[in-house]
Amino acid sequence: MRPAVIDDPLVLDANAVAGDLREIMGVEITTYVARCAHCGNRDALGTLRAWTHGPGIVLRCVICSEVVIRWVRHPDGPRVDMRGAAFLQPGGSPR
Amino acid sequence: MKSATAATEPGPAEAPQPEPLRWQVGTVTAIRPQTDRVSSFTLTLPSWRPHRAGQHYDVRLTAEDGYRAQRSYSIASAPEAHGEVELGIERIPDGEVSPYFHDVLVEGDLVEARGPIGGYFVWEPGINGPLLLVGGGSGVVPLMAMLRARRAAADRTPALLLYSSRTIEDVIYRAELDALGTEPGGPTVVHTLTREQPPGWDGFDRRIDESMLAAVLDRIGGAVADPLVYVCGPTLLVEAVANGLTALGLPPARIRTERFGPTS
Repeated sequence: MRPAVIDDPLVLDANAVAGDLREIMGVEITTYVARCAHCGNRDALGTLRAWTHGPGIVLRCVICSEVVIRWVRHPDGPRVDMRGAAFLQPGGSPR
Repeated sequence: MKSATAATEPGPAEAPQPEPLRWQVGTVTAIRPQTDRVSSFTLTLPSWRPHRAGQHYDVRLTAEDGYRAQRSYSIASAPEAHGEVELGIERIPDGEVSPYFHDVLVEGDLVEARGPIGGYFVWEPGINGPLLLVGGGSGVVPLMAMLRARRAAADRTPALLLYSSRTIEDVIYRAELDALGTEPGGPTVVHTLTREQPPGWDGFDRRIDESMLAAVLDRIGGAVADPLVYVCGPTLLVEAVANGLTALGLPPARIRTERFGPTS
C-alpha cells in the first residue's frame, strides 16, 4: 500500500504535534505503532498526517486518509477521540 | 541470592517514570544570521536535557492579554552541546512567532520553550543503512543536526545530503557544509539551486524531481543498499520527494518525513 498523495501545503506530520501529545498523554507516543481502525494500516504514530489549523488537531491515516486520532482543547482539559485507532502498541515495529 | 532476572529486569513498580515535559524559561545567549531569512538562536536552558538529532523544541510567546502563539523549531546543534540548544528559525513574513525572534529578540532576552520533543524523525549514529538526507530551505536544520551528530561520533555510515535552495545566498550553514563535504569520511553534499545560479554553477538547477533523486540514490549504492531516508522541508517538497523515492523502489517504511507546512 502506498501513501495517499497530499496536495494541501498546510498538512504536517504527527511528529510536529509530538509536544502536545506528550503533554496530554504524559509519555512520548509518536514512536508507538498505531493500527488504523478503518483500513488496518500499521505504522509509527509519528507518520500520521496532521491537520493543525482548525479548532482541534486531526491526525489522519497515511493510506486511507480517515481520522485516526483527534483532540480539542477545553477549559477542563483536552478531549481526545481515538476511535480511529484499533490499537496503539508501545515499542512495536512498523508493518 | 537474587536471580539475574530480578537484578536486570525491574518490575512495573520499579520502572522509571517518564519525566514530564515542562515549559521552561530559556535565555537567548547568541543570535547568528545564517542567511537573509534564517538565523541560529542559541537558548541556554535551566533544565537542559540531552536531545537526539532530528528533535525539536516548542517555543511559545504570550501577549499581555494572555494570547499565546506556539511553534516548533528544529534543533541544529549536535547532541553533545550541554546546557544549551541551537534552533534554526526562518523568518516567515506573516508569521506570529518567527518575526518576533528576528525583529525583536536580542541576546539576553527570555523565551518559553519545552523539549526536546519527537521520537520518530530521529537519527542516531549506528542506525543501519546508508543515510540519505533531503532538505528544502530551512528543512535542512534537523538534517544539519544529524550531520553534526555523525561527525561528533566519527560515524562512517555513508551519508549524502541533497539540499534545495532558491539561490546560493539562501544556503544555510554553507561554509560548514562545504567543510564537511571535503573531510575524509564526510558526507557527500549535493546542492540544487532552483531560482538563480551563480556564474559557472555546475550543480543541479531545478526543483527536486525523480531523475535527480535517482542520480543521488545511485551515489549511495541505489535502492538495493536499503538507505534510511530523512526528508524535511515545505510540505509539497517533502511530498514530491517521498513519492519520488517510493517510485524508485524505496519502501515507505525507510522514508521518514518532517513537513514544515507552506513555503513562505
